[in-house]
Amino acid sequence: MRDFSYLRATSTDAAREAAALPGAMLLAGGTTLIDLAKCGVAEPDTLVDITHLKGLDRIAVDERGATIGALARMGRVADHADIKSRFPAVSEALWQAASAQIRNMATIGGNLMQRTRCPYFRDPANFPACNKRQPGSGCSAIGGVTRGHAVLGTSEACIAMYPGDLATALVAFDATAHLGDRRILVDDFFLLPGTTPDREHAIEPGEMITAIEIPSSAAARRSTYLKIRDRQSYEFAAASAAVGLELEADGRTIRDLRVALGGVATKPWRARAVEDALKGKVLEPDAVRAASRLAVEGAVDHGANHYKIELAPRVVARAILKLGEAA
Amino acid sequence: MTNTIPVHLDINGHHHELRIEPRVTLLDALRDRLGLTGTKKGCDHGQCGACTVHVDGERVLACLTLAAQAEGRAITTIEGLAREGELHPVQAAFLEQDAFQCGYCTPGQIMSAVACIREGHAGSDDEIREYMAGNLCRCGAYPHIVAAVRQAALEVAS
Repeated sequence: MRDFSYLRATSTDAAREAAALPGAMLLAGGTTLIDLAKCGVAEPDTLVDITHLKGLDRIAVDERGATIGALARMGRVADHADIKSRFPAVSEALWQAASAQIRNMATIGGNLMQRTRCPYFRDPANFPACNKRQPGSGCSAIGGVTRGHAVLGTSEACIAMYPGDLATALVAFDATAHLGDRRILVDDFFLLPGTTPDREHAIEPGEMITAIEIPSSAAARRSTYLKIRDRQSYEFAAASAAVGLELEADGRTIRDLRVALGGVATKPWRARAVEDALKGKVLEPDAVRAASRLAVEGAVDHGANHYKIELAPRVVARAILKLGEAA
Repeated sequence: MTNTIPVHLDINGHHHELRIEPRVTLLDALRDRLGLTGTKKGCDHGQCGACTVHVDGERVLACLTLAAQAEGRAITTIEGLAREGELHPVQAAFLEQDAFQCGYCTPGQIMSAVACIREGHAGSDDEIREYMAGNLCRCGAYPHIVAAVRQAALEVAS
């Protein structure tokens, strides 16, 4: 790991200013950044440590929704009683992510800045070509081993998968990120790779995530995060779904439905086609399974990741039906 | 060593003053600068849990924590677990249940287990497996590790 200067921020404004300088980066839990610095992917000149800032780790839940400070640790949010009761999909996405140790370190703000696990991206010594690291250098993944790569939202420049769980739940429930005074939907915070896969987040130099806000809804209250993976725990998703369901008073007609996919796309992937196909319909297994196929509309595989196109709709359908049974 | 900074660390109740490069992780500071080699370096990338220590009572990975970040926090390593020569109940349970083979992952397993029990995440074998998943054991001693955590959780509760 290349050496860098270390600066401990004493205020949010000081942190923003210091991190706006060329070569400077904010350091929170470090679970992505220190790892990537060791890989030779991140080469900061200065790290601005924000973990000693006070007051940015609050979790506040009321009738309108939840506001979670950017420095709240993943583990704290996962175990928070009001998050568990009002936003179960958020709690479940968090406790099924990473390990207990990493969840004690990683912050909610840092979680949104998590980078892809694409093995070609993570290995510059052996794979110099990577459009995400070095724009215009090419993509080593295309034509390579693609089992863990995206099938949705890809481009000719990049097929790297977005690996996170939390943000999948956040986009399902229309959460916003607070960048100081600026608010942005989490869905818009994550950018498609297109021709500029090096640009992953809609955040500018001098900006810092200060909080995440999740609006309350009946669908968020009746929600779940279903994560399917190669091993039972401590593994990234082969495919996952954050689903929220609200039924009409008759207990069988779908009033509201939220569906977002993880583990299959280049960003957290809201599946509005599934939602639209089922809203107003009776919750019934065949209809749910048919509509869930729409989750992978437009999917493109690169050989070894074809299984995700089969798997993702099944995960979505199982999650919706599970919520329906829990009436 | 052109770019060194002073870092004060509180480890197992003892105060240490170091001059280190900012890039030095807590793991390397413990092992290479302070001779506290009980904390193990496995993958050095946050994937194996061998370097698990406690910072302000919570389990974290020393390999992804900069030593400088840990300033002002109370750090506990495996060396700080036993009290006056008496093993911590989790250490004793690992011995009794034969919860290791080569022993390399064991300090990390034990530090993780102590926290797992304290967090209230050791209520069943399934819960122990889930909340101990961040500690890999290449020898495959998992069934005995689960038994040791279960035993220690019952002892701590009683």
